[in-house]
Amino acid sequence: MPTFNLKINNEKHTVEVDADTPLLWVLRDSLGFVGTKYGCGIGQCGACTVHVEGTATRSCLLQVSQAEGVNITTIEGLSENGDHPVQKAWLEHDVPQCGYCQAGQIMTASALLNNNPNPSDEDIESAMNGNICRCGTYVRIKEAVKTAAKL
Amino acid sequence: MTKIQTQYNRRSFLKVSAAAGGGMLIGFSWLTGCISSEAEPKELAIPKEWFEINGYIKIGDTGMVTIYSPNPEIGQNIRTSMPMIVAEELDVNWENVVVEQAPLNTGFYQNQFAGGSLSIRLSWNALRMAGATARRMLLEAAAKEWNLTISDLTVDKGVIKEINGERSIGYGEIASKAVGIEVPKEVELKEIKDFKLISTSVKNVDGKKIVTGKPLFGLDFQREGMQFAMIQHPPAFGMKIKDFNEEEIKSMPGVKDAFIIDTTIEKPGGFDERGFQELIAIVGDSTWQLMKAKKAIKANWEVVSELENSEMHMSRMEKALESGKFKEERKDGDVDSAFKKAAKVIERTYSAPFIAHNTMEPMNFFANVTENSAELIGPTQMPNALEGSVAQLLNMPIENITVNMTRMGGGFGRRLYQHFGLEAAAISKKVGGPIKLVYTREDDMSQGTYRPTYISRYKAGLDENNNLIAFSVKGTGLPESAVFPNRFPAGAVDNYSAGSYAEETNITTGAWRAPRSNFTAGAEQAFLDEVAELAGKDPIDFRLELFDRAINNPVGDKYEYEAERYAGVLKLVKEKSNWGETKPGVHRGVAAYFCHSTYVAEVIDMVMEDNKPKIKNVWCAVDCGILVNPDAAENIIQGGVIDGIGHAMYSQLTFTDGAPNEMNFDRYQLIRHSQAPEKIEVFFVKNEIAPTGLGEPGLPPAIGALANALYGVTGQRYYNQPFTTYKPLIG
Repeated sequence: MPTFNLKINNEKHTVEVDADTPLLWVLRDSLGFVGTKYGCGIGQCGACTVHVEGTATRSCLLQVSQAEGVNITTIEGLSENGDHPVQKAWLEHDVPQCGYCQAGQIMTASALLNNNPNPSDEDIESAMNGNICRCGTYVRIKEAVKTAAKL
Repeated sequence: MTKIQTQYNRRSFLKVSAAAGGGMLIGFSWLTGCISSEAEPKELAIPKEWFEINGYIKIGDTGMVTIYSPNPEIGQNIRTSMPMIVAEELDVNWENVVVEQAPLNTGFYQNQFAGGSLSIRLSWNALRMAGATARRMLLEAAAKEWNLTISDLTVDKGVIKEINGERSIGYGEIASKAVGIEVPKEVELKEIKDFKLISTSVKNVDGKKIVTGKPLFGLDFQREGMQFAMIQHPPAFGMKIKDFNEEEIKSMPGVKDAFIIDTTIEKPGGFDERGFQELIAIVGDSTWQLMKAKKAIKANWEVVSELENSEMHMSRMEKALESGKFKEERKDGDVDSAFKKAAKVIERTYSAPFIAHNTMEPMNFFANVTENSAELIGPTQMPNALEGSVAQLLNMPIENITVNMTRMGGGFGRRLYQHFGLEAAAISKKVGGPIKLVYTREDDMSQGTYRPTYISRYKAGLDENNNLIAFSVKGTGLPESAVFPNRFPAGAVDNYSAGSYAEETNITTGAWRAPRSNFTAGAEQAFLDEVAELAGKDPIDFRLELFDRAINNPVGDKYEYEAERYAGVLKLVKEKSNWGETKPGVHRGVAAYFCHSTYVAEVIDMVMEDNKPKIKNVWCAVDCGILVNPDAAENIIQGGVIDGIGHAMYSQLTFTDGAPNEMNFDRYQLIRHSQAPEKIEVFFVKNEIAPTGLGEPGLPPAIGALANALYGVTGQRYYNQPFTTYKPLIG
């Protein structure tokens, strides 16, 4: 099996996997970064969202062979102590119910705020529309994104 | 002061040491890497020694308190609210509490399941008693130490003080002595008005772990030496596996084994329902390699029963509706003559499709089966049913089986069913080692246990003064009817009848969040709206008139609701939403429903934006008795509203030749951010009635309020779910 060198959360990792393995499964099975979730495998639910060079990216659609030489950030590396403004806002609004989709929601929201520090309601809806929350925490997510923008 | 007999749940208070033979609580550290660590109190040191006071409470020598949350967590937040109830009666500082998931142990706990919105309702007394008993034992230990009686002592936030003296002692310091105190036969519970923690908003105890991506879920569980496993079930209901290219699959990279499993058990229970008992299983090193191997499976399937399709389902139900095969389940007065006498008669038919649960975390389970034991770890809403079914499957005594629960990435009823745990056990047994079974989204969505499809026909008759004098409902569905004969408006109409007929299907179904209510509330509340319109009455006033009748002079003698509480939530939502106020372009819909022992009324404000209906505001009024954790309660009601709106608006599962046409979120539409209401406000009725559940009751009325608001903005009534047709969305 080929070897790949990845830069995840500012650390280098070497993995030996099939070249077509999605980054999602490299993160979860090979490296133990299980905060990134599997939901659909076809880029429709957003549970697997990570940052690639700061941009929200579906890790289920990114093959490991395309993930070399770029900076990848997962939920585990979003902040040192879980104190990224988006994480703080999520706790302030006590957003999660089951919690499964929330890492993906947080990664999409934090990428949005990196590029657009003061998003309108429409900006938030449009950026977050690819992230499904089956429990229906959408109203709180929107409030939390607005709070995070102020932090 | 409320006194309560501890014998009510006597076995809950067996000392852990006495029950340790079962070995279930002691040594429960299987997820130490997975759970704990985060919620540790900031100001207290980690205890060197822990003292088990009872099955719910462990006190450390530093005063830190561990409270075991007995029931499975599916997002209803009972891992916070159940320990809150214990902590209230224990009188301990919440900051000093850590929460751990209790293992399945029917010797200690009762009702260790998550279903029917019953967790808090069924455990309210047991949880209070656990706290109160421990508090009493700690007080007795302190009294003994100081040669006083407990009436000489007070306690606040885990510190016991002498009333007429200077001495004080913390729970941590006296806990070692409390362990030896005899369990009291009777304990005093607090007065509701004296609650300090209950009815205050406490943050989710797992919040920090969730937002930092810590391993919490079954899918995250790993153990050294564990292999992954996947299944392939037949592509259609009505098909069975014959054989497959076993050798070719086994030779694929990363695949260790491939075989057919049979999970048939001799005496299946109600929660053993599943579409397929014989499945192809593949075992290997990594999820991705198994996913590729799954795609390479070439199998021969045989047709064993009819391959059904959606058109067939609808015509089967419509035919049944016309057939007169209905079993009458309630009859008050003379319905036929009343309809003949009526000045106006209206009849409408409502339907809803099969839908899948689609928990975001697909089905999965860890199993490690050896010759004499089976260990199962994963997401289950009903661990003891799993234990029983696995015991049958493996022909193993129940004592040799352990089941531990992980946090669940959603439940909605899906994980009440045990087949994936059984499949994991069968695979582990075959390979002789630990495995974790993982479903793909497609496996998950196409396997069955769907919400049944329903159709119900409602008929109402009004007299010349627009009073409702006759009401009838008959319903059928595959494989059950959704009619509740003794629910509203039974009791409020002189001439009333309700009937059901169950039609057959080989599509397997199961409990889906608020079973049957999730259809009936929408149908009934949309119908009543139309009846109110025909009567020329305001929809809330019309309903309140009916409740007045049910309060003052009820018809018949059997009801499932308290009319005053029902009317209470309608009045509250009327007030909070400023019902009657009109705004240009804004249309309102109202609905009220009672199910799972909780009353909910909702008002939806809707506008048309870019030719699409948009929900601006939702007001909810809820009567669930005592509110345990207000902010979390609001969250789950908001979620129920969005879930109800989403499924009624967008979701359906259709079939062609026995196979589901929707297998992933590209074709199966779930509600998304831009479709959610802009704002949802929740108001709770304040009373001192023992609390009832919230997981389900917020959902059903949302569908009725949605249909009624849609009528306002579009001028059309909506009878068949989903209300909009499928549109692909980019993820």
